[in-house]
This record gives sequence, C-alpha cells and structure tokens, in this order.
Amino acid sequence: MGKAKVVHYINQFFAGIGGEEKADTKPHILNELPPVSAQLDKALGEEVEIVGTVVCGDSYFNENLDEAKVEVLDMIKSFEPDMVIAGPAFNAGRYGMACGAVVKMVQEELGIKAFTAMYDENPGVDVFKKDAYIVRTKDSAAGMRTAIPAVAKFALKLISGEEILSPAEEGYIERGIRVNAPAEERGSMRAVRMLIQKLKGEEFVTEYPMPAFDRVAPNQPIKDVTKAKIAIVTSGGIVPKGNPDRIESSSASKYGKYDISGFADLTEADHETAHGGYDPVYANLDADRVIPVDVLREMEKNGEIGELFQYFYTTVGNGTSVANSKQFAAEIAKDLLDNKVDAVILTST
Amino acid sequence: MVKEIERAGIPVVHMCTVVPISLTVGANRIIPTIAIPHPLGNPALDPSEEKSIRRKLVEKALRALETEVHGQTVFED
Repeated sequence: MGKAKVVHYINQFFAGIGGEEKADTKPHILNELPPVSAQLDKALGEEVEIVGTVVCGDSYFNENLDEAKVEVLDMIKSFEPDMVIAGPAFNAGRYGMACGAVVKMVQEELGIKAFTAMYDENPGVDVFKKDAYIVRTKDSAAGMRTAIPAVAKFALKLISGEEILSPAEEGYIERGIRVNAPAEERGSMRAVRMLIQKLKGEEFVTEYPMPAFDRVAPNQPIKDVTKAKIAIVTSGGIVPKGNPDRIESSSASKYGKYDISGFADLTEADHETAHGGYDPVYANLDADRVIPVDVLREMEKNGEIGELFQYFYTTVGNGTSVANSKQFAAEIAKDLLDNKVDAVILTST
Repeated sequence: MVKEIERAGIPVVHMCTVVPISLTVGANRIIPTIAIPHPLGNPALDPSEEKSIRRKLVEKALRALETEVHGQTVFED
C-alpha cells in the first residue's frame, strides 16, 4: 500500500488569504500547501501525506451552510482521500462550527475517517463532539506548536485502524460514549472507595460523569409590547466611537453600558464596533446593522413599543470565556431588573 | 448571555445568524438574521430598503417576545 492520503480543511485565515475582511471567501482548493498544512504534513511522517488543502471562509461556510457543504465535499472527494483533518480551530467559533460540519459530513457521505481539533469552549465542541473525534487544543493559534504534534499523533493512530482508547489517553474531548472495559476491582469496591474519598474531601474521578444539561425554561411572553420597556444587549461589540472603556477585541474581560437616549440613529460619527472576530466595515459604517436603535426609536415614537431603555449593554463575544460571559450577563440582568426592563433583544454577530 | 438573562426572569429574544450556536447556548426565542458582520442590515441594498428589512426583523423579534413558547423555538418566516 502506498502512502495514506489526507485532505486538510482550513479557513481563510490559516490559508493566508486574509482575516475577517476575507471571511466570505468561497470554497476552493489551494494549489500549494499553506504553512499550516505543510507543518502538519511533515509531522505526519513518511507513511501519510497531505495531498491537498481545501479552504473556505468562515462566514461563507456558516452563512451558506447547504451550498458550502456540497462544494467542500466535492472538492475533498476529488482527491479520493483516506482521511480528512479539519482545523485546528482553537477557540474560533465559526471555524469550529465549519470543521465539525465538514468532519461529520465526510464521515457520513464518504465513509472515511475524519477528525478535527479545537478548544473546549469552542461552540463546535458542544455541537459536534458526539459525531466526531475532536482533539483538545489551547484557545488560540499561539498553541499551534503543541497542537500540530497532537493532531499528527492522533491522525496516525486513527488511520492505523488501531483501537482508539479513552479521551484522557488519546487527548480528544469526551464524546459521552460508554465503553465496556475490564477493571481490576469489582464495582462495589470501586464505589465504596470513591465514597470514602468523597467523605474525606479527597479528589476522585467518577466513572460515569452526568451530562451537564444547563437549560433555562422560556419565560412567559410579554403581554403587550406597546407598553413594554425594551432593552438592547449585544455580543457584537458596538461601542461609542473611540471605545471609551477599551473593551478588548477578543477574550473580553468587561462589558459596557452606554446611554443611547440622545440617539435616533447610529452613524459612523458616533458608534463603531470593538469586535475583532468579524469584518468591522459594515458595523463601523452603520451600527444599526448590529443594534437596531433606529428602528426601535421609530417604534417608540409610533407607540409600537412602550419604551426603548435608555442604555444598551455590550461586549465582544469573540473567544470570550463562558465564565466571563455568564458573569457579565448576571450583572446586566440584575441592572435590567432594577430598571424594570420588561424584555430584551440580544443581538449576536 | 442570553441564558443568564432568561434565568433572571426577563423574556429575551436572540437575533443571530448562526442559529446552531444559538441553539447550543440555550436561547429559547431565536430570530435568524442576515449575515454575521451585519445581522440586521444588508449593505448591498439602498438605505431605505435596508432599514425596511431591519424593521421586519425587529417586528418579528417583538412578535416572538409576545409568543408563548415551551422550548427552544426558531421563528422562521
């Protein structure tokens, strides 16, 4: 058997095409392996070769899911590969969603092996971990140095057909799959030992972690929107021009609360976006494209809503940790309640 | 964020383009929007047309806030 053939799926950034301004790049095959594919190819050694790289812009993929999937699949298929590797996507949300979708599709449609790699909090993990192996990486491309060997090692194992062991042993994210395995001690012994450890306050590892379902039931609808006080919250990073509180363009450590009582329309003279995870051109020209102040103001005037709350709340939802987001929102929610806001429109980019 | 606001007892509608992410984070009332960098606008249109599609989306969001839902609901057209 000759070398095993691998196709690499990456986004526009890792292809060296550009950042957010190129996120609408359509799927295509790169004529030459970009550095990330070349590095991975080298790490894969002599027996496995990356025969081609398929690239697609993150926004294009997520906004045109059905077409993008067909186009990407056809390109991958043209190489007749033995395996597909997507990413690593680190904590880039749209990239992670695309990688997960590509891997799932390749497994189902082509019946070949595929996997991806990303950070635990990437939204692609929750959506695709049941469908695919996702090798755990750090949260940013600064972790590429450790990600490449981890991805290569997993690739060689997966393509060899050897048994894939537990997530902890192989370095992938838990998929919620239970596997029978022989144990040295019988269950009662292990359970009692765990109980004693727990009583003593010692660390122990459960053999059956409960899935963490954190769902909040929907609240009752508002009765009469024409009497309601509506507030705007956004993760799209809209801020007053100049970003007075210096909200970070990614991994935000804070949120802002800004007065919009004087505005009937947001313009490039007064508002912009601080978000570093999408092409800012359109939001900088007209921030109403992210937070619809103009329309809500008009509706307030026409009596279609009771009132547009005096302030809006904003942060940058770009690689921002779940812990930070929860904390921001808990503080925002308290403030909304104190101000007797009836309902919230939350916009995301 | 959307879940924490809901948890506090305030009805919230999530307007976003990547609906699968919204479903994963646990939003209950979801309005699909236009594009990632301009969810509530379309720079390809002239300003009055653009504002009118924004208005339609906001009207849809307000209707969602007035609608009783029993689980995650995506308000398509």
